[in-house]
Amino acid sequence: MSLQTADMVLQLTTVLYFISMAGYLLFLFKQKSMYQKTAFRLITTAIVFHFISMMIYTIATRHAPIQNLSQSLSAAALALGCMFLFFQYKFDLKILGVFASALLSAIMLAVLMIPDAPVESNAVFKGFWFYSHIILVLTGEAALGLACGTGILYLLQEKGIKTKSPGFFFKRLPSLDFLDNVGYTCLTTGFALLTIGLVTGFIYAKIIWGTFWSWDPKEVFSAGTWLVYAALLHLRLYSGWRGRKSAIMTIIGFFIIMFTFLGVNMLLGGHHQAFTK
Amino acid sequence: MSKIILIGINHKTAPVELREKLSFSDEETLKALEFLKQDEDIKESLIFSTCNRTEVLYVPETGEQIDKIIAFISHHKKVDISEFKNSLYIHKEDDAIRHLFRVASSLDSMVVGEPQILGQIKQAYRVAVESKASGVLLNRLMHKTFSIAKKVRKETGIGDNAVSISYAAIELANKIFSDLSQKSVMLLGAGEMAELAVEHLISNKVKDIVVANRTFKNAVDLAQKFNGQAVKFEEREDALKDVDIIISSTGATDYVLTQNQVKRVMKKRRHHTLFFIDIAVPRDIDPKINTISNAYVYDIDDLKNIVESNIEQRGKETVKAERFIEVAVLKFRKWLESLAVVPTIKALNDKMSSIVEIECKKTLSNLNHFSQEDIEAIKRMTRAIATRTIHDPILFLRNTGDHRDDSLYLNVTRQLFNLDIPEEE
Repeated sequence: MSLQTADMVLQLTTVLYFISMAGYLLFLFKQKSMYQKTAFRLITTAIVFHFISMMIYTIATRHAPIQNLSQSLSAAALALGCMFLFFQYKFDLKILGVFASALLSAIMLAVLMIPDAPVESNAVFKGFWFYSHIILVLTGEAALGLACGTGILYLLQEKGIKTKSPGFFFKRLPSLDFLDNVGYTCLTTGFALLTIGLVTGFIYAKIIWGTFWSWDPKEVFSAGTWLVYAALLHLRLYSGWRGRKSAIMTIIGFFIIMFTFLGVNMLLGGHHQAFTK
Repeated sequence: MSKIILIGINHKTAPVELREKLSFSDEETLKALEFLKQDEDIKESLIFSTCNRTEVLYVPETGEQIDKIIAFISHHKKVDISEFKNSLYIHKEDDAIRHLFRVASSLDSMVVGEPQILGQIKQAYRVAVESKASGVLLNRLMHKTFSIAKKVRKETGIGDNAVSISYAAIELANKIFSDLSQKSVMLLGAGEMAELAVEHLISNKVKDIVVANRTFKNAVDLAQKFNGQAVKFEEREDALKDVDIIISSTGATDYVLTQNQVKRVMKKRRHHTLFFIDIAVPRDIDPKINTISNAYVYDIDDLKNIVESNIEQRGKETVKAERFIEVAVLKFRKWLESLAVVPTIKALNDKMSSIVEIECKKTLSNLNHFSQEDIEAIKRMTRAIATRTIHDPILFLRNTGDHRDDSLYLNVTRQLFNLDIPEEE
């Protein structure tokens, strides 16, 4: 069990994600369920290997691989993969695999391209609250990412129907109602996970730094992101913001998340910075 | 060798009045097949008749018997031959097979790709089988027909696109709502058009039907027919609150639903989706309603456009389907030819010699103490056994007698000895 093994498994994982994406693209164009089934098996295998790779790393170095940018991205990808499997199982929205596999491939390519920053072991980054915080936030953000994916699918289908020119996507995508429903479930699941994730973050901060809130830029942006989603859910529940508006908001929301995840650390610094170095 | 011949009329060759005169009901078909069975000149027969076509498919004992079949149609339907003679088409052999394949694959239909035709042909075949009018050739031909029709449906997009207005509307509804059985429909106007549209929707099972009409009595009548409820025409805006699909077909010269009305309703229904299908000319539904979010308006022209582009798409898929059919015709021809005596005997001989060869090789490879002469003797003996075994069956096949059905015995032989050329389905 060594770091080299972990790296090799991770490379294999990336290759599998890419082949799976190719399978999903074939499915998108050819509409043969065989392609989808193969692609789905590939992506499942990839996710299992991805997990194994992280386990090997953890065993070899005695800490979880979330110490620098490349590792954080990889962990985020794994969370996305797991959430995709969960929602695929729940809704059987096959076409979402096109989005998920493409996003996973892109992230993993970035993971392999970014040079590994040296990892300084830091005694602060461990413990129950720390890991809960990371797992919850990452899976929450992954669910919100999938909500963004369904939002994109919704807009594609909606545009065709609204402009009365049902085209390439008309046959390939399910009904607007269904997409809206899947998007909503992704949204509420993601929001719930993110909320608990932020709370565990506060608790962790209190334990380590003695304060719940330290005006760290990441904290501020996370709270902002949370508020955006809270507003979206509120509008949906009380003012009937469903369909197109909701889809656009989930897409915007996910871009804010990506900025919070990457941009804030790179541009603004703060105590989350190490994770994205 | 037996011939396969098809005589018929369809929507391309005859007007509806003539087609009606020549159409066979199920009972008439049964009677007619019984009649053809009695005829010594006709070996096998099958009749299929739909509103767009009447066709007789048969295998004559001798000659072609075309005049006989025409006279038979005239006699059974009591229509003078001169009246329909010019509308008839007569296909023989490969042309007949190809025509049948095309009909079953819905390439010859009035609406290309419509799915009913295959069921109708299956029904016709069932009648023929029950009355024992079909035999080895037609049975095989019909089974091949069903499988090619299925293949065409599955592997080309020929049946994918809606090519009628009501079908296109339902397809749209299915892409807007996930479950139509949970959705309610409101009809504005109680005319014939509305009725037609709803019949289609009912076959898709919707939750509720509401009818609004200026003449309240008509609304009540129509609502009763579909187990729905009637509302006054003035209540239509209020009724919008609880329905999801609106089909409008009133004779009004002005819009019966305006943008502001729908905007108001949208708030009340918490922006749940509304789908307007406006089949009235002039239009009933203000097209500006389409700009409201979660509201979709399709008028008759929009639906027509979709149908037209679908028909165009279908044309492309037809080319692919024709290719499948050509291959299937060739294959069937090959099978027909194999039914001749000589190829069957040859296939039988080949099979026996290959068995003998394989078994000899297997056994002799373990028996090293035999001399070369012993081996030759054993080989001769096994070959002789094989030849003698099939000697009598071959004699029988060579001379099946005048009154026996060659194709039947040849087919049985091929099946018993599994001589058929393996086919991929």
